[in-house]
Amino acid sequence: MIDLQNVAYSYGGGELLSDISFKLAPGSFHFLTGPSGSGKTTFLKLCYAELLPTGGNIHIFDRDVRSLSRDDVATVRRRIGVVHQDCAFLDHLSLAENVALPLMVAGMDPHPDDLHDLLGWVGLRSHAGALPPQLSGGERQRAALARAVIMSPDVVLADEPTGNLDWEMSMRLLTLLIELNRMGKTVLIATHDLNLIRSAKAQVAARVLRIQNRRLQLAGADL
Amino acid sequence: MKRLLHVLQLGETPADRIVPPSGYTARLTTFTAAAMAFLAVFALAMSLAAGRLADRWETALAQSATIRLAAPEDQLGAQTAAVLEVLRTTPGVTHSRVIPPEEQRALLEPWFGPDLPVETLPLPQLVEVVGDRYDPEGLRLRLAAEAPGAIFDDHTRWRRPLVSAAHRLRLLGATSILLIAGAVAAMITLAAGAALSANAQVIRVLRLVGARDAFIGQAFVRRFTLRALAGAAMGTAAGMLGIFILPAADEAGGFLTGLGFQGWHWLWPLLIPPLAAAVGFVATRAAAARALRELK
Ligand SMILES: Nc1ncnc2c1ncn2[C@@H]1O[C@H](COP(=O)(O)OP(=O)(O)O)[C@@H](O)[C@H]1O
Ligand SMILES: [Mg+2]
Repeated sequence: MIDLQNVAYSYGGGELLSDISFKLAPGSFHFLTGPSGSGKTTFLKLCYAELLPTGGNIHIFDRDVRSLSRDDVATVRRRIGVVHQDCAFLDHLSLAENVALPLMVAGMDPHPDDLHDLLGWVGLRSHAGALPPQLSGGERQRAALARAVIMSPDVVLADEPTGNLDWEMSMRLLTLLIELNRMGKTVLIATHDLNLIRSAKAQVAARVLRIQNRRLQLAGADL
Repeated sequence: MKRLLHVLQLGETPADRIVPPSGYTARLTTFTAAAMAFLAVFALAMSLAAGRLADRWETALAQSATIRLAAPEDQLGAQTAAVLEVLRTTPGVTHSRVIPPEEQRALLEPWFGPDLPVETLPLPQLVEVVGDRYDPEGLRLRLAAEAPGAIFDDHTRWRRPLVSAAHRLRLLGATSILLIAGAVAAMITLAAGAALSANAQVIRVLRLVGARDAFIGQAFVRRFTLRALAGAAMGTAAGMLGIFILPAADEAGGFLTGLGFQGWHWLWPLLIPPLAAAVGFVATRAAAARALRELK
Protein backbone atom coordinates (compact mmCIF):
# COMPACT_ATOMS: atom_id res chain seq x y z
CA MET A 1 0.00 0.00 0.00
CA ILE A 2 2.85 2.31 0.93
CA ASP A 3 6.20 1.32 -0.44
CA LEU A 4 9.49 3.09 0.33
CA GLN A 5 12.65 2.25 -1.61
CA ASN A 6 16.02 3.58 -0.43
CA VAL A 7 14.30 6.71 0.79
CA ALA A 8 16.31 9.60 2.17
CA TYR A 9 15.02 12.84 3.59
CA SER A 10 16.71 16.06 4.58
CA TYR A 11 15.17 19.36 5.65
CA GLY A 12 18.11 21.16 4.11
CA GLY A 13 20.89 20.31 6.54
CA GLY A 14 22.25 16.83 6.86
CA GLU A 15 20.09 13.79 6.12
CA LEU A 16 17.54 13.05 8.80
CA LEU A 17 16.52 9.72 7.25
CA SER A 18 18.77 7.62 5.05
CA ASP A 19 18.34 4.58 2.87
CA ILE A 20 14.99 3.50 4.23
CA SER A 21 13.22 0.65 2.50
CA PHE A 22 9.90 -0.55 3.83
CA LYS A 23 6.63 -1.98 2.56
CA LEU A 24 3.45 -1.36 4.52
CA ALA A 25 1.45 -4.54 3.93
CA PRO A 26 -2.36 -4.44 3.88
CA GLY A 27 -3.94 -5.37 7.20
CA SER A 28 -0.69 -5.08 9.15
CA PHE A 29 -0.24 -3.36 12.51
CA HIS A 30 3.00 -1.46 13.05
CA PHE A 31 4.54 0.70 15.69
CA LEU A 32 7.17 3.23 14.77
CA THR A 33 9.41 4.20 17.61
CA GLY A 34 12.61 6.11 18.20
CA PRO A 35 13.90 8.93 20.31
CA SER A 36 12.30 12.33 20.10
CA GLY A 37 13.64 14.18 17.08
CA SER A 38 14.64 10.98 15.31
CA GLY A 39 12.23 11.64 12.44
CA LYS A 40 9.04 9.70 13.24
CA THR A 41 6.76 12.56 12.22
CA THR A 42 8.87 13.15 9.13
CA PHE A 43 8.54 9.47 8.21
CA LEU A 44 4.74 9.66 8.50
CA LYS A 45 4.63 12.86 6.44
CA LEU A 46 6.50 11.03 3.70
CA CYS A 47 3.85 8.31 3.91
CA TYR A 48 0.96 10.66 3.24
CA ALA A 49 2.74 12.82 0.66
CA GLU A 50 3.03 15.87 2.86
CA LEU A 51 6.77 15.69 2.12
CA LEU A 52 8.51 14.35 -0.96
CA PRO A 53 11.63 12.22 -0.43
CA THR A 54 14.94 13.90 -1.22
CA GLY A 55 16.31 10.53 -2.25
CA GLY A 56 14.88 7.18 -3.31
CA ASN A 57 11.26 6.48 -4.26
CA ILE A 58 7.93 6.23 -2.50
CA HIS A 59 4.87 4.62 -4.01
CA ILE A 60 1.50 5.19 -2.38
CA PHE A 61 -1.24 2.88 -3.69
CA ASP A 62 1.14 1.99 -6.52
CA ARG A 63 1.69 5.58 -7.61
CA ASP A 64 5.01 7.37 -7.47
CA VAL A 65 4.53 10.30 -5.09
CA ARG A 66 6.63 12.53 -7.31
CA SER A 67 4.14 12.11 -10.14
CA LEU A 68 1.13 13.10 -8.02
CA SER A 69 -0.58 16.39 -8.85
CA ARG A 70 -2.00 18.50 -6.04
CA ASP A 71 -5.44 17.02 -6.74
CA ASP A 72 -3.97 13.52 -6.70
CA VAL A 73 -2.47 14.23 -3.28
CA ALA A 74 -5.93 15.28 -2.08
CA THR A 75 -7.37 12.01 -3.39
CA VAL A 76 -4.63 9.96 -1.72
CA ARG A 77 -5.34 11.65 1.61
CA ARG A 78 -8.95 10.54 1.43
CA ARG A 79 -7.68 6.95 1.50
CA ILE A 80 -5.19 7.50 4.33
CA GLY A 81 -6.59 8.55 7.69
CA VAL A 82 -4.08 10.54 9.70
CA VAL A 83 -4.16 11.35 13.41
CA HIS A 84 -1.86 14.36 13.50
CA GLN A 85 0.42 15.03 16.41
CA ASP A 86 -1.19 18.44 16.96
CA CYS A 87 -4.67 17.20 15.93
CA ALA A 88 -5.08 20.20 13.57
CA PHE A 89 -8.72 21.13 14.08
CA LEU A 90 -10.62 24.14 12.78
CA ASP A 91 -11.43 26.03 15.97
CA HIS A 92 -14.53 27.77 14.61
CA LEU A 93 -16.26 24.49 13.80
CA SER A 94 -17.89 22.16 16.30
CA LEU A 95 -16.34 18.83 17.14
CA ALA A 96 -18.93 17.02 15.01
CA GLU A 97 -18.20 19.27 12.05
CA ASN A 98 -14.47 18.78 12.50
CA VAL A 99 -14.94 15.03 12.54
CA ALA A 100 -17.06 15.24 9.39
CA LEU A 101 -14.62 17.61 7.67
CA PRO A 102 -13.02 15.01 5.34
CA LEU A 103 -16.51 14.14 4.05
CA MET A 104 -17.47 17.76 3.59
CA VAL A 105 -14.36 18.69 1.64
CA ALA A 106 -14.97 15.66 -0.55
CA GLY A 107 -18.40 17.06 -1.36
CA MET A 108 -20.30 14.40 0.58
CA ASP A 109 -22.88 14.91 3.28
CA PRO A 110 -22.19 13.09 6.53
CA HIS A 111 -25.05 10.78 7.38
CA PRO A 112 -26.25 11.95 10.81
CA ASP A 113 -26.64 8.39 12.13
CA ASP A 114 -23.17 7.39 10.99
CA LEU A 115 -21.66 10.48 12.55
CA HIS A 116 -23.58 9.77 15.74
CA ASP A 117 -22.30 6.17 15.80
CA LEU A 118 -18.75 7.27 15.12
CA LEU A 119 -18.82 9.83 17.93
CA GLY A 120 -20.29 7.13 20.16
CA TRP A 121 -17.47 4.76 19.22
CA VAL A 122 -14.87 7.28 20.48
CA GLY A 123 -17.07 8.23 23.43
CA LEU A 124 -17.70 11.82 22.42
CA ARG A 125 -21.39 11.76 21.65
CA SER A 126 -22.17 14.30 24.34
CA HIS A 127 -19.48 16.68 23.07
CA ALA A 128 -20.70 16.86 19.47
CA GLY A 129 -21.43 20.59 19.66
CA ALA A 130 -18.32 21.61 21.58
CA LEU A 131 -15.62 23.72 19.97
CA PRO A 132 -12.13 22.18 19.86
CA PRO A 133 -10.54 24.64 22.33
CA GLN A 134 -13.06 23.49 24.93
CA LEU A 135 -11.91 19.85 24.72
CA SER A 136 -9.37 18.06 26.87
CA GLY A 137 -6.27 16.44 25.39
CA GLY A 138 -7.80 12.99 25.42
CA GLU A 139 -11.03 14.21 23.84
CA ARG A 140 -9.07 15.95 21.10
CA GLN A 141 -7.07 12.81 20.38
CA ARG A 142 -10.20 10.69 20.16
CA ALA A 143 -11.89 13.26 17.94
CA ALA A 144 -8.80 13.26 15.71
CA LEU A 145 -9.07 9.47 15.45
CA ALA A 146 -12.76 9.70 14.55
CA ARG A 147 -11.91 12.23 11.84
CA ALA A 148 -9.13 10.00 10.55
CA VAL A 149 -11.49 7.07 10.00
CA ILE A 150 -14.66 8.82 8.80
CA MET A 151 -13.76 8.30 5.13
CA SER A 152 -13.28 4.61 5.89
CA PRO A 153 -9.65 4.77 4.76
CA ASP A 154 -7.52 1.74 3.96
CA VAL A 155 -4.66 2.97 6.11
CA VAL A 156 -4.62 4.76 9.46
CA LEU A 157 -1.46 6.61 10.45
CA ALA A 158 -1.32 7.95 14.02
CA ASP A 159 1.40 10.30 15.21
CA GLU A 160 1.87 10.05 19.00
CA PRO A 161 -1.88 9.52 19.50
CA THR A 162 -1.37 9.03 23.22
CA GLY A 163 1.14 11.87 23.43
CA ASN A 164 -0.07 13.56 26.59
CA LEU A 165 -2.77 11.23 27.79
CA ASP A 166 -2.93 9.36 31.05
CA TRP A 167 -2.57 5.59 31.00
CA GLU A 168 -6.26 4.78 31.09
CA MET A 169 -7.03 7.13 28.19
CA SER A 170 -4.05 5.76 26.26
CA MET A 171 -5.44 2.26 26.62
CA ARG A 172 -8.83 3.38 25.41
CA LEU A 173 -7.29 4.88 22.31
CA LEU A 174 -5.15 1.82 21.71
CA THR A 175 -8.23 -0.37 21.94
CA LEU A 176 -9.89 1.74 19.25
CA LEU A 177 -6.88 1.40 16.98
CA ILE A 178 -6.76 -2.37 17.52
CA GLU A 179 -10.46 -2.57 16.70
CA LEU A 180 -9.78 -0.75 13.44
CA ASN A 181 -7.07 -3.24 12.60
CA ARG A 182 -9.47 -6.13 13.29
CA MET A 183 -11.84 -4.50 10.81
CA GLY A 184 -9.10 -4.87 8.22
CA LYS A 185 -7.44 -1.47 8.31
CA THR A 186 -3.71 -1.14 8.05
CA VAL A 187 -2.45 0.70 11.13
CA LEU A 188 0.85 2.47 11.78
CA ILE A 189 1.38 4.22 15.11
CA ALA A 190 4.34 6.46 15.85
CA THR A 191 5.07 6.53 19.56
CA HIS A 192 7.93 6.64 21.99
CA ASP A 193 5.80 5.01 24.70
CA LEU A 194 7.21 1.51 25.12
CA ASN A 195 4.55 0.51 27.65
CA LEU A 196 1.91 1.19 25.03
CA ILE A 197 3.72 -1.08 22.60
CA ARG A 198 4.03 -3.85 25.19
CA SER A 199 0.35 -3.85 26.03
CA ALA A 200 -0.58 -3.77 22.35
CA LYS A 201 1.60 -6.75 21.60
CA ALA A 202 -0.46 -8.75 24.05
CA GLN A 203 -3.55 -8.15 21.95
CA VAL A 204 -2.46 -7.91 18.34
CA ALA A 205 0.31 -9.14 16.09
CA ALA A 206 2.15 -5.85 16.02
CA ARG A 207 5.55 -5.30 14.48
CA VAL A 208 7.82 -2.62 15.84
CA LEU A 209 9.99 -0.41 13.65
CA ARG A 210 12.65 1.78 15.13
CA ILE A 211 14.43 4.78 13.68
CA GLN A 212 18.00 4.77 14.87
CA ASN A 213 20.97 6.58 13.37
CA ARG A 214 18.82 7.74 10.47
CA ARG A 215 17.93 4.13 9.53
CA LEU A 216 14.77 2.15 9.96
CA GLN A 217 15.18 -1.16 11.74
CA LEU A 218 12.85 -3.90 12.74
CA ALA A 219 13.03 -4.06 16.51
CA GLY A 220 13.57 -7.47 18.01
CA ALA A 221 11.74 -9.26 20.75
CA ASP A 222 13.51 -7.18 23.36
CA LEU A 223 10.46 -4.98 23.78
CA MET B 1 -19.90 31.54 -17.05
CA LYS B 2 -21.24 28.30 -15.63
CA ARG B 3 -18.66 28.50 -12.87
CA LEU B 4 -19.66 32.07 -12.13
CA LEU B 5 -23.30 31.05 -11.78
CA HIS B 6 -22.29 28.10 -9.65
CA VAL B 7 -20.39 30.45 -7.38
CA LEU B 8 -23.43 32.69 -7.06
CA GLN B 9 -25.83 29.93 -6.03
CA LEU B 10 -27.97 30.93 -3.13
CA GLY B 11 -27.85 29.53 0.35
CA GLU B 12 -24.84 28.52 2.34
CA THR B 13 -22.54 25.92 0.83
CA PRO B 14 -20.38 23.68 3.05
CA ALA B 15 -17.28 25.59 1.94
CA ASP B 16 -18.79 28.80 3.33
CA ARG B 17 -18.76 27.40 6.84
CA ILE B 18 -15.42 25.77 6.58
CA VAL B 19 -13.56 29.01 6.00
CA PRO B 20 -13.97 31.25 9.06
CA PRO B 21 -15.77 34.53 8.47
CA SER B 22 -13.40 37.30 7.41
CA GLY B 23 -15.36 40.33 8.58
CA TYR B 24 -12.87 43.11 8.05
CA THR B 25 -11.56 42.45 4.55
CA ALA B 26 -15.02 41.42 3.41
CA ARG B 27 -16.57 44.67 4.62
CA LEU B 28 -13.80 46.66 2.96
CA THR B 29 -14.54 44.86 -0.28
CA THR B 30 -18.22 45.70 -0.06
CA PHE B 31 -17.45 49.32 0.65
CA THR B 32 -14.94 49.67 -2.19
CA ALA B 33 -17.27 48.00 -4.65
CA ALA B 34 -20.07 50.36 -3.59
CA ALA B 35 -17.93 53.49 -3.90
CA MET B 36 -16.53 52.42 -7.26
CA ALA B 37 -19.97 51.55 -8.62
CA PHE B 38 -21.22 54.96 -7.52
CA LEU B 39 -18.40 56.62 -9.45
CA ALA B 40 -18.99 54.34 -12.42
CA VAL B 41 -22.61 55.48 -12.65
CA PHE B 42 -21.48 59.08 -13.05
CA ALA B 43 -18.73 58.20 -15.49
CA LEU B 44 -21.33 56.31 -17.50
CA ALA B 45 -23.80 59.20 -17.37
CA MET B 46 -21.10 61.61 -18.48
CA SER B 47 -20.06 59.33 -21.28
CA LEU B 48 -23.62 58.91 -22.55
CA ALA B 49 -24.41 62.64 -22.25
CA ALA B 50 -21.22 63.55 -24.09
CA GLY B 51 -22.13 61.06 -26.76
CA ARG B 52 -25.59 62.59 -27.18
CA LEU B 53 -24.10 66.05 -27.36
CA ALA B 54 -21.54 65.02 -29.96
CA ASP B 55 -24.24 63.38 -32.05
CA ARG B 56 -26.52 66.39 -31.88
CA TRP B 57 -23.83 68.87 -32.74
CA GLU B 58 -22.51 66.69 -35.49
CA THR B 59 -25.94 66.38 -37.08
CA ALA B 60 -26.45 70.11 -36.90
CA LEU B 61 -22.97 70.63 -38.27
CA ALA B 62 -23.62 68.40 -41.22
CA GLN B 63 -27.06 69.66 -41.98
CA SER B 64 -27.47 73.37 -41.61
CA ALA B 65 -25.46 76.30 -42.86
CA THR B 66 -26.24 79.89 -43.76
CA ILE B 67 -25.25 82.25 -46.48
CA ARG B 68 -25.03 85.94 -45.62
CA LEU B 69 -25.54 88.16 -48.60
CA ALA B 70 -24.52 91.81 -48.32
CA ALA B 71 -24.89 93.81 -51.49
CA PRO B 72 -26.00 97.27 -52.57
CA GLU B 73 -29.81 97.57 -52.62
CA ASP B 74 -30.07 97.47 -56.39
CA GLN B 75 -28.00 94.29 -56.75
CA LEU B 76 -29.52 92.41 -53.84
CA GLY B 77 -32.36 90.86 -55.84
CA ALA B 78 -30.10 89.63 -58.61
CA GLN B 79 -27.47 88.25 -56.28
CA THR B 80 -30.10 86.47 -54.18
CA ALA B 81 -31.41 84.81 -57.31
CA ALA B 82 -27.86 83.87 -58.28
CA VAL B 83 -27.21 82.35 -54.87
CA LEU B 84 -30.41 80.30 -55.04
CA GLU B 85 -29.50 79.11 -58.52
CA VAL B 86 -26.04 78.05 -57.35
CA LEU B 87 -27.58 76.16 -54.44
CA ARG B 88 -30.19 74.52 -56.66
CA THR B 89 -27.47 73.13 -58.89
CA THR B 90 -25.12 72.06 -56.09
CA PRO B 91 -25.20 68.28 -55.58
CA GLY B 92 -25.94 67.34 -51.97
CA VAL B 93 -27.94 70.45 -51.11
CA THR B 94 -31.45 69.21 -50.46
CA HIS B 95 -33.17 72.44 -49.55
CA SER B 96 -32.49 76.16 -49.55
CA ARG B 97 -34.62 79.05 -48.46
CA VAL B 98 -34.44 82.79 -48.21
CA ILE B 99 -35.13 83.78 -44.63
CA PRO B 100 -37.87 86.40 -44.75
CA PRO B 101 -37.59 89.70 -42.81
CA GLU B 102 -40.08 88.59 -40.12
CA GLU B 103 -37.90 85.62 -39.24
CA GLN B 104 -34.83 87.78 -39.18
CA ARG B 105 -36.64 90.09 -36.85
CA ALA B 106 -37.48 87.14 -34.61
CA LEU B 107 -33.84 86.12 -34.56
CA LEU B 108 -32.78 89.60 -33.48
CA GLU B 109 -35.57 90.21 -31.03
CA PRO B 110 -33.87 88.66 -28.00
CA TRP B 111 -31.08 91.19 -28.40
CA PHE B 112 -32.80 94.37 -29.61
CA GLY B 113 -36.42 94.06 -28.56
CA PRO B 114 -39.53 93.84 -30.72
CA ASP B 115 -39.57 97.39 -32.06
CA LEU B 116 -36.50 97.17 -34.18
CA PRO B 117 -37.16 98.57 -37.65
CA VAL B 118 -35.41 95.73 -39.40
CA GLU B 119 -36.29 97.11 -42.83
CA THR B 120 -34.28 100.25 -42.30
CA LEU B 121 -31.14 98.48 -41.11
CA PRO B 122 -28.45 97.48 -43.59
CA LEU B 123 -28.85 93.85 -42.60
CA PRO B 124 -27.49 91.12 -44.84
CA GLN B 125 -29.96 88.81 -46.50
CA LEU B 126 -29.80 85.34 -44.95
CA VAL B 127 -30.22 82.15 -46.95
CA GLU B 128 -30.56 78.82 -45.15
CA VAL B 129 -28.85 75.81 -46.70
CA VAL B 130 -29.94 72.31 -45.70
CA GLY B 131 -28.27 69.17 -46.92
CA ASP B 132 -25.39 66.88 -46.31
CA ARG B 133 -22.50 65.54 -48.33
CA TYR B 134 -22.08 68.68 -50.38
CA ASP B 135 -18.62 70.09 -50.77
CA PRO B 136 -18.41 73.34 -48.76
CA GLU B 137 -15.20 74.50 -50.43
CA GLY B 138 -16.59 74.04 -53.94
CA LEU B 139 -19.74 75.87 -52.92
CA ARG B 140 -17.71 78.71 -51.48
CA LEU B 141 -15.77 79.10 -54.76
CA ARG B 142 -18.88 79.02 -56.92
CA LEU B 143 -20.58 81.62 -54.71
CA ALA B 144 -17.55 83.91 -54.92
CA ALA B 145 -17.80 83.78 -58.68
CA GLU B 146 -21.57 84.14 -59.04
CA ALA B 147 -22.49 86.36 -56.08
CA PRO B 148 -19.50 88.32 -54.78
CA GLY B 149 -21.46 89.63 -51.77
CA ALA B 150 -22.26 86.14 -50.43
CA ILE B 151 -20.46 84.67 -47.45
CA PHE B 152 -20.98 80.99 -46.80
CA ASP B 153 -20.94 80.02 -43.15
CA ASP B 154 -21.31 76.35 -42.27
CA HIS B 155 -20.69 77.01 -38.55
CA THR B 156 -17.72 74.68 -38.74
CA ARG B 157 -15.38 77.14 -37.17
CA TRP B 158 -17.07 77.19 -33.80
CA ARG B 159 -18.77 73.84 -33.78
CA ARG B 160 -15.94 71.59 -34.84
CA PRO B 161 -13.95 72.04 -31.59
CA LEU B 162 -17.10 71.48 -29.56
CA VAL B 163 -17.83 68.24 -31.34
CA SER B 164 -14.31 66.97 -30.82
CA ALA B 165 -14.44 68.06 -27.18
CA ALA B 166 -17.64 66.08 -26.74
CA HIS B 167 -16.03 63.06 -28.36
CA ARG B 168 -13.03 63.42 -26.09
CA LEU B 169 -15.33 63.64 -23.08
CA ARG B 170 -17.08 60.43 -24.07
CA LEU B 171 -13.71 58.72 -24.38
CA LEU B 172 -12.67 60.01 -20.97
CA GLY B 173 -15.89 58.62 -19.47
CA ALA B 174 -15.27 55.21 -21.00
CA THR B 175 -11.65 55.27 -19.82
CA SER B 176 -12.82 56.13 -16.31
CA ILE B 177 -15.10 53.11 -16.29
CA LEU B 178 -12.24 50.86 -17.35
CA LEU B 179 -9.97 52.35 -14.69
CA ILE B 180 -12.66 51.86 -12.05
CA ALA B 181 -13.00 48.21 -13.08
CA GLY B 182 -9.23 47.87 -12.85
CA ALA B 183 -9.15 49.47 -9.40
CA VAL B 184 -11.89 47.10 -8.19
CA ALA B 185 -9.94 44.14 -9.56
CA ALA B 186 -6.76 45.31 -7.83
CA MET B 187 -8.51 45.94 -4.53
CA ILE B 188 -10.27 42.57 -4.53
CA THR B 189 -7.03 40.82 -5.44
CA LEU B 190 -5.37 42.42 -2.42
CA ALA B 191 -8.28 41.69 -0.09
CA ALA B 192 -8.60 38.08 -1.25
CA GLY B 193 -4.84 37.63 -0.93
CA ALA B 194 -4.96 38.98 2.62
CA ALA B 195 -7.88 36.72 3.51
CA LEU B 196 -6.10 33.70 2.07
CA SER B 197 -2.88 34.30 3.95
CA ALA B 198 -4.78 35.07 7.16
CA ASN B 199 -6.30 31.61 6.78
CA ALA B 200 -3.13 29.75 5.92
CA GLN B 201 -3.61 27.49 8.95
CA VAL B 202 -7.18 26.65 7.97
CA ILE B 203 -6.08 25.91 4.44
CA ARG B 204 -3.33 23.62 5.75
CA VAL B 205 -5.86 21.61 7.75
CA LEU B 206 -8.21 21.42 4.77
CA ARG B 207 -5.39 20.14 2.56
CA LEU B 208 -4.49 17.55 5.20
CA VAL B 209 -7.99 16.11 5.23
CA GLY B 210 -8.05 15.86 1.44
CA ALA B 211 -9.56 19.12 0.19
CA ARG B 212 -8.76 20.03 -3.40
CA ASP B 213 -7.56 23.53 -4.23
CA ALA B 214 -10.72 24.16 -6.25
CA PHE B 215 -12.87 23.46 -3.20
CA ILE B 216 -10.84 25.74 -0.92
CA GLY B 217 -10.62 28.47 -3.54
CA GLN B 218 -14.35 28.35 -4.14
CA ALA B 219 -15.13 29.41 -0.59
CA PHE B 220 -13.05 32.55 -1.02
CA VAL B 221 -14.13 33.23 -4.59
CA ARG B 222 -17.79 32.96 -3.62
CA ARG B 223 -17.38 35.24 -0.66
CA PHE B 224 -15.63 38.02 -2.57
CA THR B 225 -17.79 37.71 -5.67
CA LEU B 226 -20.94 38.07 -3.57
CA ARG B 227 -19.42 41.01 -1.68
CA ALA B 228 -18.49 42.76 -4.92
CA LEU B 229 -21.98 42.14 -6.29
CA ALA B 230 -23.75 43.40 -3.18
CA GLY B 231 -21.50 46.45 -2.81
CA ALA B 232 -21.80 47.38 -6.48
CA ALA B 233 -25.58 46.99 -6.33
CA MET B 234 -25.76 49.45 -3.44
CA GLY B 235 -23.38 51.91 -5.10
CA THR B 236 -25.21 51.71 -8.40
CA ALA B 237 -28.57 52.26 -6.75
CA ALA B 238 -27.23 55.30 -4.91
CA GLY B 239 -25.62 56.69 -8.06
CA MET B 240 -28.77 56.20 -10.13
CA LEU B 241 -30.86 57.82 -7.42
CA GLY B 242 -28.44 60.76 -7.37
CA ILE B 243 -28.84 61.23 -11.09
CA PHE B 244 -32.57 60.72 -10.98
CA ILE B 245 -33.03 63.58 -8.51
CA LEU B 246 -30.80 66.00 -10.39
CA PRO B 247 -32.96 69.10 -10.98
CA ALA B 248 -34.63 68.78 -14.36
CA ALA B 249 -33.96 71.43 -16.96
CA ASP B 250 -34.48 71.37 -20.68
CA GLU B 251 -31.70 70.18 -22.88
CA ALA B 252 -30.94 73.74 -23.91
CA GLY B 253 -29.71 74.21 -20.36
CA GLY B 254 -26.57 72.66 -21.64
CA PHE B 255 -24.35 69.77 -20.89
CA LEU B 256 -24.66 69.83 -17.12
CA THR B 257 -28.42 69.38 -16.98
CA GLY B 258 -28.27 66.92 -19.85
CA LEU B 259 -26.25 64.60 -17.60
CA GLY B 260 -29.07 62.19 -16.78
CA PHE B 261 -29.90 58.94 -18.49
CA GLN B 262 -32.56 59.03 -21.15
CA GLY B 263 -35.08 56.33 -21.99
CA TRP B 264 -33.59 52.88 -22.23
CA HIS B 265 -30.20 54.28 -21.31
CA TRP B 266 -31.37 53.83 -17.73
CA LEU B 267 -30.64 50.14 -18.31
CA TRP B 268 -26.93 50.76 -18.85
CA PRO B 269 -25.99 51.29 -15.17
CA LEU B 270 -27.75 48.02 -14.30
CA LEU B 271 -24.80 46.31 -15.97
CA ILE B 272 -22.44 47.66 -13.31
CA PRO B 273 -23.22 45.15 -10.49
CA PRO B 274 -22.89 42.02 -12.66
CA LEU B 275 -19.74 43.51 -14.15
CA ALA B 276 -18.34 44.10 -10.66
CA ALA B 277 -19.24 40.51 -9.71
CA ALA B 278 -17.45 39.23 -12.80
CA VAL B 279 -14.39 41.34 -12.00
CA GLY B 280 -14.45 40.08 -8.39
CA PHE B 281 -14.81 36.49 -9.56
CA VAL B 282 -11.88 36.62 -11.95
CA ALA B 283 -9.66 38.56 -9.53
CA THR B 284 -10.34 36.24 -6.57
CA ARG B 285 -9.91 33.12 -8.64
CA ALA B 286 -6.52 34.29 -9.82
CA ALA B 287 -5.52 35.33 -6.29
CA ALA B 288 -6.71 32.01 -4.81
CA ALA B 289 -4.95 29.92 -7.44
CA ARG B 290 -1.72 31.80 -6.80
CA ALA B 291 -2.00 31.71 -3.00
CA LEU B 292 -2.88 28.00 -2.88
CA ARG B 293 0.05 27.10 -5.09
CA GLU B 294 2.35 28.97 -2.73
CA LEU B 295 0.93 27.47 0.45
CA LYS B 296 2.04 23.92 0.64
N1 LIG C 1 9.88 21.75 8.81
C1 LIG C 1 11.08 21.47 9.34
N2 LIG C 1 12.16 22.15 8.95
C2 LIG C 1 13.37 21.87 9.44
N3 LIG C 1 13.60 20.91 10.34
C3 LIG C 1 12.56 20.18 10.77
C4 LIG C 1 11.24 20.42 10.29
N4 LIG C 1 10.41 19.55 10.87
C5 LIG C 1 11.18 18.79 11.70
N5 LIG C 1 12.45 19.18 11.63
C6 LIG C 1 13.56 18.56 12.36
O1 LIG C 1 13.68 17.22 11.99
C7 LIG C 1 13.97 16.41 13.11
C8 LIG C 1 12.94 15.30 13.22
O2 LIG C 1 11.69 15.82 13.51
P1 LIG C 1 10.42 14.90 13.65
O3 LIG C 1 10.23 14.15 12.38
O4 LIG C 1 9.29 15.74 14.09
O5 LIG C 1 10.89 13.90 14.80
P2 LIG C 1 10.00 13.07 15.84
O6 LIG C 1 8.59 13.08 15.36
O7 LIG C 1 10.63 11.71 15.84
O8 LIG C 1 10.17 13.72 17.15
C9 LIG C 1 13.97 17.32 14.31
O9 LIG C 1 15.32 17.61 14.64
C10 LIG C 1 13.27 18.54 13.84
O10 LIG C 1 13.82 19.67 14.47
MG1 LIG D 1 6.88 13.76 16.10
